[in-house]
Amino acid sequence: MSPTRRDFIKTSAATAASLAAGGRLGLDSAAQTLTAPSADPAAIDLANQALDAARGAGASYVDVRIGRYRRQAITTRERQVMNVNDGESYGLGVRTLVNGCWGFAATSVMTAAGARSAALEAIVMSRAARAVHVRPVELAPIMPVKGTWITPVRRDPIEVPIEDKIALLLSTNEAALKVKNVRFVNSGLQLLREVKTLVTSEGTNVTQTMIRVGPSFSATAIGNNDFQTYEEELAPRGLGWEYVESLNLPGNAERWASLAAEKLTAKSVDAGQYDLILEPTNLWLTIHESIGHSTELDRAIGEEANYAGTSFVAPPEKVLGQLRFGPPIMTVQADRTQDGSLSRVAWDDEGVPADKWLIVEKGLFKDYQTTREQVARIQKLTGVTRSHGCSFAESWNAVQFQRMPNISLLPGDQDVGVNEIVAATDRGILIRNRGSWSIDHQRYNFQFSGQAFYEVRNGKIAGMLRDVAYQSNSPVFWNSMDMIGGPSSYWMGGAFNDGKGEPSQSNSVSHGCVPARFRRVTILNTARSA
Amino acid sequence: MSQTSARPVASTAVSQLLTREQAKALADRVLGLSSADQTRVNITSQWTGNTRFADASITTSGGVTNTSVTITVTIGKRQASASTNVLDEPSLKRTVDLAARLARLSPEDPELMPELGPQSYATVSAFLEGTADLDPESRAAGVRRAITGATAAGKTAGQVFTAGYLEANARAVAVATSNGLFAYHRSTDADFSLTARTPDGTGSGWARSGARDWNAIDPAALGRIAAQKAVASRTPQAIDPGMYTAVLEPQAVTDLIPLLAGALNARNADEGRSPFSKPGGGTRIGEKVADDRVTLYSDPTDRGLSAQPFDNQGLPIGRIVWIEKGVLKNLAYTRFWAQKQGTRPTGAPLAGGLALAGGTKSTEELIAGCTRGILVTHFFYIRALDPRTVLQTGLTRDGTFLIENGKITRALKNFRWNESPLLLLNRLEEIGRPEPTEAGRLMPALRVRGFNFTSLSDAV
Repeated sequence: MSPTRRDFIKTSAATAASLAAGGRLGLDSAAQTLTAPSADPAAIDLANQALDAARGAGASYVDVRIGRYRRQAITTRERQVMNVNDGESYGLGVRTLVNGCWGFAATSVMTAAGARSAALEAIVMSRAARAVHVRPVELAPIMPVKGTWITPVRRDPIEVPIEDKIALLLSTNEAALKVKNVRFVNSGLQLLREVKTLVTSEGTNVTQTMIRVGPSFSATAIGNNDFQTYEEELAPRGLGWEYVESLNLPGNAERWASLAAEKLTAKSVDAGQYDLILEPTNLWLTIHESIGHSTELDRAIGEEANYAGTSFVAPPEKVLGQLRFGPPIMTVQADRTQDGSLSRVAWDDEGVPADKWLIVEKGLFKDYQTTREQVARIQKLTGVTRSHGCSFAESWNAVQFQRMPNISLLPGDQDVGVNEIVAATDRGILIRNRGSWSIDHQRYNFQFSGQAFYEVRNGKIAGMLRDVAYQSNSPVFWNSMDMIGGPSSYWMGGAFNDGKGEPSQSNSVSHGCVPARFRRVTILNTARSA
Repeated sequence: MSQTSARPVASTAVSQLLTREQAKALADRVLGLSSADQTRVNITSQWTGNTRFADASITTSGGVTNTSVTITVTIGKRQASASTNVLDEPSLKRTVDLAARLARLSPEDPELMPELGPQSYATVSAFLEGTADLDPESRAAGVRRAITGATAAGKTAGQVFTAGYLEANARAVAVATSNGLFAYHRSTDADFSLTARTPDGTGSGWARSGARDWNAIDPAALGRIAAQKAVASRTPQAIDPGMYTAVLEPQAVTDLIPLLAGALNARNADEGRSPFSKPGGGTRIGEKVADDRVTLYSDPTDRGLSAQPFDNQGLPIGRIVWIEKGVLKNLAYTRFWAQKQGTRPTGAPLAGGLALAGGTKSTEELIAGCTRGILVTHFFYIRALDPRTVLQTGLTRDGTFLIENGKITRALKNFRWNESPLLLLNRLEEIGRPEPTEAGRLMPALRVRGFNFTSLSDAV
């Protein structure tokens, strides 16, 4: 079954319809969403115990985070459930500043003694750090805030009966197994409810409930001494169970699985240079890796040098307002206010209100992602005197640091979609969904793959390809972008677990984008024998 | 204790981890709360102390203690797990009940294996007080030694920029089942890595050491090596990408060889979706898959590995030779798949650590024996490309050099590469002396022909 242009139009139209609703996926926005729970008084009491202990021991600033995390994971294969797990994690983390040095300690001993002991331990860390310290931490000013917030969901996914979740996944697998040569199917759900209270010595006291869902599906077809897998791009979102239902996994599984079978007989790509058309299901990850990570200020100033690396978008004084990131059709926005996105919050882990700002404006690099202590590093260059609110910790037991907000490529003025881009392309390759991805430690050289690849010839889809990867260099690649989709082709992908930092922490982040075309990109053939 | 007058004391591991008796008591409490057909309790009690630094300053420093309990309940042929780190009676009871409820709601699992009964385990000594006692002051002192070492070694290039990370962990792990199994193991590990960058921004070097014992790590030496590499790697030159002989330092080999673990899955091989699947069915056990000099094994009792001698089901983990003298000897069998195929379960491929046996030569000797090739310090951002060949892509980083006539002659720009750890084990020129590269890993340097460097990277 080879896809026709009509299939493309159908898929793209469905995508467009789901996005026209502004990230709410065509859900009935009038329906009732859940009310934000208020803080647990016992948690506030423990936070105050820790706060007082740290202040009493000499801290000039203290913040205490108390988190209760509920994670549920279900994985299935074919007609079996592989794993059902429900995890709860509850604890308290204290961060202290003494003489401009940070300390952090965390404990799961949730008693007054445990909270005070963690606070005093953080003080020890702060004091020990003074032995190796040249630059005292300065925090950008903040207005203390009080309040509660919850991800706008209609149905908390953790509370949905487990049998409904399992039935959904097994019926999805059953549908996929109908496809000839498809022998293996995996589907799963990753669900999170995070209740987090932040209390600071400056008077902030907020409690937020974050809900995220991440469904997954892949099918493997077995051929003659060959196998091929297709993974559908089921974007994780900051949404409720209603989002999972809206994806209609059982109704779509057969179509997805047929792509795995079709890859068995697809033509292996001829390596060379092609015009590349990336669907949003692929492009979101390229944005994440080459724009999202390169514009983190901690990387630009070397704080990630030993692990994730530094950045080609540096030093700040030479690139802010000067670096030509891409063409004038390229505007990239950072945004933690976007409903349905993974990094949507009301306040970050320093109590800074969620922000929205431009990273790249009409192709020119405009600003970095920042936390409170980073503001002073660039405020003379940007004129921005407040934090952009990018402080986040994956858990109560991890210290908060600069993490990526949603970073999205904004739609073009003309409302064209992928079909118009295909129609305007003589010789190209179109890629859907994320495959393998890798990028260097300054975010120049990258190589990405996908799940489904199509040859474009004379403005038409000419057939399926396999073994495709594209390799480029971030500034060259973005400056080669010459066509982008309009508002109705916008779609939001995302990563449930994006790693950074030492110890490595996971962050959830979304990336909205439109389909786009890139000229003369190097295409590799990834099939290889000994 | 007064909040204001007490001298704060940082916790270290020894006082915080559950002892064997405490773990047994906790496991028994949980087992006593469960009325399911079978119950398994997995306990992890952990302490972590870490110190991170950049630009000659400690940027974060943390201490975390946590004990979590995972309860796996079996009712008939149905099974599910729930976990919590809230260890009071009501929470444990709630978690046991939740696991039971999830199990009842789950469909029957035709592959379910009964929980294990009492087992006997090898004794492995992997807990070092010197690591478990590593307090914030000692960590800061280690960081200072590393920075001092780097500053001195890098001064010909000016003031080198340093960034790095030191982490010490101590954990106690216990498994108990309602069929009478109880296993307990304590271990520590420490890891220190450091990056040095020259002030002109054209040179970057890196060094790392990991061990069960903090005292086996020399921070000053790490600083010195990272800075020497940074200085030597300044103003790197581009050479055409292509197939080159490569000398991979032990840390680079540590990045690559453990990626074979996924491919060692027996079930995938039997199911025809593995490089170790035999055309027409079955596995390639008994076939030649690598150079004669390649022996790859796991062994928790090997003093260089000192790994946990049981897995999370309490299955004893012993020595497993995966590849012996180039011949595939074993694949990783779960208990279910082993029973189905009439063989013995092995646990996961990395459960007993991983070692690539080797020869006697140092990395320097491998360089000296190289007519023309590329020296790789370590790799970055490795991702799978094709499971049929275990093909991966990634980049070189922090010290990539040209070797000519046995000597390092030039700094090179970094490369992206597309290469398979399995295929390259068929293109060995030399295999060096295995070194402990991190806790649970023994890896030698390798010199391999035809390493596929595919494109240049501008990253320094």
